Amino acid sequence: MSKDIRNLISILDLSIEEIDKLINVANDIEKNPEKYAEACRHKQLATLFFEPSTRTRLSFESAMLSLGGSVLGFSSANSSSAAKGESVSDTIQTVGNYADIIAMRHPKEGAPFVAANRTQVPIINAGDGGHFHPTQTLTDLLTISRKKGRLKDMTIGLCGDLKFGRTVHSLIEATLRYEGIKYVLISPEELRLPEYMIDKLKEAGAEFEEITDLEVAMPKLDVLYMTRIQKERFFNEEDYVRLKDTYILTPEKLNNAKEDLCIMHPLPRVNEISVKVDDDPRACYFYQTRCGKQVRMALILFLLGIKVED
Amino acid sequence: MNIDGVNTGIVLDHIQAGKSMQIYEYLGLEKLDSCVAVIQNVRSGKYGKKDIIKIDEIIDLNLEVLGFFDSNITVNYIKDGKLIDKKHLALPDHLTDVIKCKNPRCITSTEQEIRHEFELVDREKKVYRCIYCDTLVKVK
Repeated sequence: MSKDIRNLISILDLSIEEIDKLINVANDIEKNPEKYAEACRHKQLATLFFEPSTRTRLSFESAMLSLGGSVLGFSSANSSSAAKGESVSDTIQTVGNYADIIAMRHPKEGAPFVAANRTQVPIINAGDGGHFHPTQTLTDLLTISRKKGRLKDMTIGLCGDLKFGRTVHSLIEATLRYEGIKYVLISPEELRLPEYMIDKLKEAGAEFEEITDLEVAMPKLDVLYMTRIQKERFFNEEDYVRLKDTYILTPEKLNNAKEDLCIMHPLPRVNEISVKVDDDPRACYFYQTRCGKQVRMALILFLLGIKVED
Repeated sequence: MNIDGVNTGIVLDHIQAGKSMQIYEYLGLEKLDSCVAVIQNVRSGKYGKKDIIKIDEIIDLNLEVLGFFDSNITVNYIKDGKLIDKKHLALPDHLTDVIKCKNPRCITSTEQEIRHEFELVDREKKVYRCIYCDTLVKVK
């Protein structure tokens, strides 16, 4: 891995100062999108999605197109040479000769780290198994920052699949670096946060509690981060069926919630948030997708070393 | 039981009782032409029981890996009947291709050419972390 190349494998690859800068650029993009319309002219983004995705891939592609760049790539392993047995290393060494920057999603944990060691172009981890999803975290941080006006001193409830939910792991890693964040971890026993993440909470001296009842947690939350029970992470269909409907957020369950609660979800949603919640002003999950595109635009500019002057 | 001392060679002392054959196999000592003695369940004031391996030749040892197997081992280098060096082992900070990640979702489970690498994250609790997927492994 070249020292000059910046990658985003884990959210911890970015300092909080750099995250602040990305948030500032994303906010400027929101206000002045035309200023950025040609910023990546003649630059190419490869989106290598070895696993299906709608939002993340389209968000990256939309981000690059809005910066005046172009995109290439594939949207499933079946439509790439991975189906013929090609290794990640070989695919990346090839695509690194075609594109200026690569966004990659892979079902195997650590695949983007392997990729970053095999090419001289920046690699963005767009999700690796149940491990990390740092651009979703940037999306979440931008959303929280805009909705709450701060990234510190708040109680965040994380609800659902905390075991395999990579968005949860990345969000915890990121917010642990800010002051005064308390965590309420709401999950069934089988989907509790993994030991290595619990260790990180303890090492950081963070205040946290693990509970199974969402309604008990509700009154104390400033942010409620719902997640989907992910079918694709289970080896056993029976376990999935048993756990999939554990948490369904309804308007009734929000009766005890704060007036300024920020309800988030990385999407796609299945049924863990009732559509009746969508009209609640506290529902921020579709607004998140707007933030996602803008922060990815800021990230592409940052990793390519492109500065847009006023 | 009497076993001759080593004139020129290596004595691996303070091996945890019962681990000597694992170390014998890992070091490939069966391939040596020289005399090798594996002594098990030797009385030890410090550990109660211990194993000892005596090798009648000075060979290259990967002390880091040996430290991973058993960090209590002392390695004594002997030449012409005299102790010329004594090394105390420790758990290595980094392991390459010594253990494999057991996480079936780890990239190392499918990409054959990738080296299996772990970093020591807690020396006291003897815990390593897979550098690819962050899975933790506790050394027994």
